[in-house]
Amino acid sequence: MRYLPNSSAERAAMLKAAGHKSIDELFAQIPENLKLRAPLHLPGPLSEPEILEFFRQAASRSARDYVSLLGAGAYSHYRPVTVDALISRGEFFTAYTPYQAEIAQGTLQAMFEFQTLVTQLTGMDVANASLYDGSTATTEAVLMALRITRRNRVVVARTLHPEYRQVLETYVRQQGVEVAEIPYQPSGRLDSGALEPSLKDAAAVVIQSPNFLGAIESVREIAEIAHRAGALLIVTITEPLSLGILRPPGDADIVAGEGQSFGVPVAFGGPYVGFLASKEKFLRQLPGRLIGETQDAEGRRGYVLTLATREQHIRREKATSNICTNQSLCALTATIYLSLLGKKGLKALAEHNLAKTHYAARQLRAIPGMATPFSAPHFNEFVIRTPVDAEDLLAALREEKIIGGLNLESFFPELKNHLLICVTETVSKATIDRMVEAVRHFTTKPDPQSKAARLSTAPVGRHS
Amino acid sequence: MYPQELLYTKEHEWVRIDEAIATIGITDHAQKELGDIVYVELPKSGEHVTANESFGTVESVKAVSEIYSPVTGEVTAVNPKIQSSPELLNADPHGDAWLIRVRFEDRSEVDNLMTAEDYEAYIQQEKTS
Amino acid sequence: MGNPIRQARPHVTRNEGLIFERTSPGKSGIDMPPLDVPAVSAEDVLGADLYRAEVDGFPEVSELEVIRHYTRLSTWNYGVDTGLYPLGSCTMKYNPRINETVARLDGPATDHPYTPASLAQGCLKILAETARCLAEITGMDAVSLQPAAGAQGELTGILIIRACLAERGDPRKFILIPDSAHGTNPASVTISGYEVRNLKSNARGCVDLAELDRAMTDEVAGLMLTNPNTLGIFETQIRQISERVHAKGGLVYMDGANMNALVGVARPADFGVDVMHLNLHKTFSTPHGGGGPGSGPVAVKKFLEPYLPTPTVEQSSDGTYRLSYDRPKSIGRVRAFYGNFGMAVRALAYILANGPAGLRQTTEDAVLNANYVLSQLKDAYDLPYDQPCMHECVFSDRRQAARGVHTGDIAKRLIDYGFHPYTMAFPLIVPGALMIEPTESACKPELDQFIEALRSIADEIEQDPEFVLKAPYTTRVRRLDEAQAARKPILRWKP
Repeated sequence: MRYLPNSSAERAAMLKAAGHKSIDELFAQIPENLKLRAPLHLPGPLSEPEILEFFRQAASRSARDYVSLLGAGAYSHYRPVTVDALISRGEFFTAYTPYQAEIAQGTLQAMFEFQTLVTQLTGMDVANASLYDGSTATTEAVLMALRITRRNRVVVARTLHPEYRQVLETYVRQQGVEVAEIPYQPSGRLDSGALEPSLKDAAAVVIQSPNFLGAIESVREIAEIAHRAGALLIVTITEPLSLGILRPPGDADIVAGEGQSFGVPVAFGGPYVGFLASKEKFLRQLPGRLIGETQDAEGRRGYVLTLATREQHIRREKATSNICTNQSLCALTATIYLSLLGKKGLKALAEHNLAKTHYAARQLRAIPGMATPFSAPHFNEFVIRTPVDAEDLLAALREEKIIGGLNLESFFPELKNHLLICVTETVSKATIDRMVEAVRHFTTKPDPQSKAARLSTAPVGRHS
Repeated sequence: MYPQELLYTKEHEWVRIDEAIATIGITDHAQKELGDIVYVELPKSGEHVTANESFGTVESVKAVSEIYSPVTGEVTAVNPKIQSSPELLNADPHGDAWLIRVRFEDRSEVDNLMTAEDYEAYIQQEKTS
Repeated sequence: MGNPIRQARPHVTRNEGLIFERTSPGKSGIDMPPLDVPAVSAEDVLGADLYRAEVDGFPEVSELEVIRHYTRLSTWNYGVDTGLYPLGSCTMKYNPRINETVARLDGPATDHPYTPASLAQGCLKILAETARCLAEITGMDAVSLQPAAGAQGELTGILIIRACLAERGDPRKFILIPDSAHGTNPASVTISGYEVRNLKSNARGCVDLAELDRAMTDEVAGLMLTNPNTLGIFETQIRQISERVHAKGGLVYMDGANMNALVGVARPADFGVDVMHLNLHKTFSTPHGGGGPGSGPVAVKKFLEPYLPTPTVEQSSDGTYRLSYDRPKSIGRVRAFYGNFGMAVRALAYILANGPAGLRQTTEDAVLNANYVLSQLKDAYDLPYDQPCMHECVFSDRRQAARGVHTGDIAKRLIDYGFHPYTMAFPLIVPGALMIEPTESACKPELDQFIEALRSIADEIEQDPEFVLKAPYTTRVRRLDEAQAARKPILRWKP
């Protein structure tokens, strides 16, 4: 087996030197009745070409030949090849957590840069070195607020990513924390009128901006209401590219989010990279890894993991969280990606996304019967309402090799025949025009055959 | 070794009693065990503390320790130097680095505290067990 | 500018500052294609209130500078690719390159998680096949790949226990954890709403049956243990342990961090384990990446399957795969989407490359390597549990401590010999521990070099302990002031 570096002779020599006659002696601690008598029923061994063939087969049954207009927490952006070239360096991706700082300055300095970039983007004072993803980052933000305020309720916008909400509920259910919901207004934004009365004893208000329906929230207004009631404001950002042209939520107390847009592959849902940032005064309640600047005895600047005593390996049951891993390589990916884009590139990319999406929205709105029901400003995602069955429309688009967005009905039963559409810089004008044409064709002349097509292609994402 | 005028707890705090005021800190043994102290979390003046319950934490690079109050009462003072210079706890744990002062009523709460001799014996015994 | 590097080092790669310090206004590392739709004024569309002109302080560098900056940073790191990485309890094994190639194929790398099932059959198959292989390896009946890392796997497992016992009428209050456990164990328990009860180990470092009997009441939901334990010793009485927990209505959770000692040799299901997690980034070769991403799948016995996170991947009678959301007893979600899919791809590639024979040989090599190291160092370092180990061995610094030198110092000096240190000061039940896990990814000549290095350091400590105390000498930075970093935290660059 090519991964195993010892020869039979080397094995024999080591066995002898260790004072054993056979390898079985080394497993003597395992009772006989617990030892496996036969090999496991597993495929393989496969040679490298065979492994490639296996995965190529799997890859052929994918959406790779389709254009996708799906967003909803995972965004298709172009990944510069420099990113993979750098993260493929063995010293980066085969290294462990940087506990031995002297031989991990590469990882540590890159994570320090990541922390800096996150604070710059979000307008917060401090950020950690990443968490698993946006959903757990949001949950950790709530846990922070519960600890800080010592209150037991949390108020959550209905327009927070529904799967993020589910994760939050799984985590706080055990602790007897009440999670209340605030609806959205016709504009698509949070119903701030409904917010005030719901805030008694709330530890935090959690909103997403741009929210799941694409609407950009009025953060300042919501912050004022929250703070008057003694609650913290947590803002979650699933598409942080929006921060290239959107004012950061500086009135928030904690900002959480998903960094996948920054060069991390969409990869069917993971691995991604969550970020968490807060005002300075909450620093010691921040979970996860933190990298700090310091010096060695000879005055050289260096970086170390710091404030580790909050973490699980020292505080154990009193830890602020049970997180051990961050998503270091994904955070490095984001750092390299953002360094490549830089100040100008980030702005240009955000502007391109905005332009593409507005063009698509304008074209779709012009089709009789179609509407964009939410009037709030949006970034690269928006909702359209179709005069025909949304599933039928999606099926028709699939025939054009287009995945036409997310049918919102499964998450929002009140939004029947509404689609969430995301148009990034990767979608050409020609494709947008082709998509619009297909929609126009279908909505003005629906194909009766498509019902059968719908039945055989049950979408992913339907659940309560 | 350990100041005679102080009393000591099993959790390695020291107490100085002046009439109805108890001044509380952590012992030299405690600061040695913890190592370089980096942060201290203390209550505010006016807050209530309860005997044998934690009122704060002392944090070093490698560990966090709860600090327990031997008495029940109201916090009348918090050492202003500690927040900005936690390293004071390593330098002068029994003097300059006092942590809080508490006004207490129940004198029996200090009856079972150890004298300096008892405490030194106690540490010795802990080392060998 | 912040603290400059005051003493230059002799190679150009060593004098690199922060990316923000390389910034030169106007530069960018990408060229955007021309915009093919009409431009919109962001300020008009969003309103002046929402509009941001630019991100203050963001880097401005060319592509070349990005390449040089991060290439230089990488040279300051030590990886598994560099050499032996004997971190106990981390299983730093080779990260096969083919894993990286297949993870980057269009399809697995590009499919959106909400892609309709009919178009995502390849990805769903990868998830299903990985789960099936992990079930076979552990002997368990069902696997969820949703937890993002080992710690999340633990949380998921304990929540599953809670859900099961709650349905039986009483979730109970406590979880027993041996004092040798990894720190994530008690932290996970607390977050699940249980209280930790520590279980003192016996003189052999294993679970003490008498202690267990005393502690195992009907208020205890279960026992959370690692097997082999963190000393690298197999819990020989594991069946009795499980039986006693079950007899009192509790469940057994196994932390699978040390599976590298068991794959192909024994299966946790046979130990009486009800629920466990695996670490794909340990046993199954997915890269550590400098601290993540990992993946912590959870494997359960059939009776616990209904409680697994939602959704699960099911196969219909026509052979197609779909996601099942109709799971009324599920504990819910522990993260959005389906888990770290990219790590499942890599783990599956590893399993396919090895096949059953390769996996078994891997386990045997891992255990042999650890025993070889144990046998060659036991006269130089104190061995608190003098018996053959499994995949890792634990020494203590007792002898060296008499000269004022501790495990942390020995670790630093080991760096000067060209190795990454072992795990220091863990497990807590061995004072001054040196935990060494060579894994199978080390051949005899390299192990001999490592052994020689540690023996040489032991000699140095005898001759000149002061010298060892100031190590390392040969790295880009020497020992860093951690107290300063914690007292006055500087967590970001500022202009």
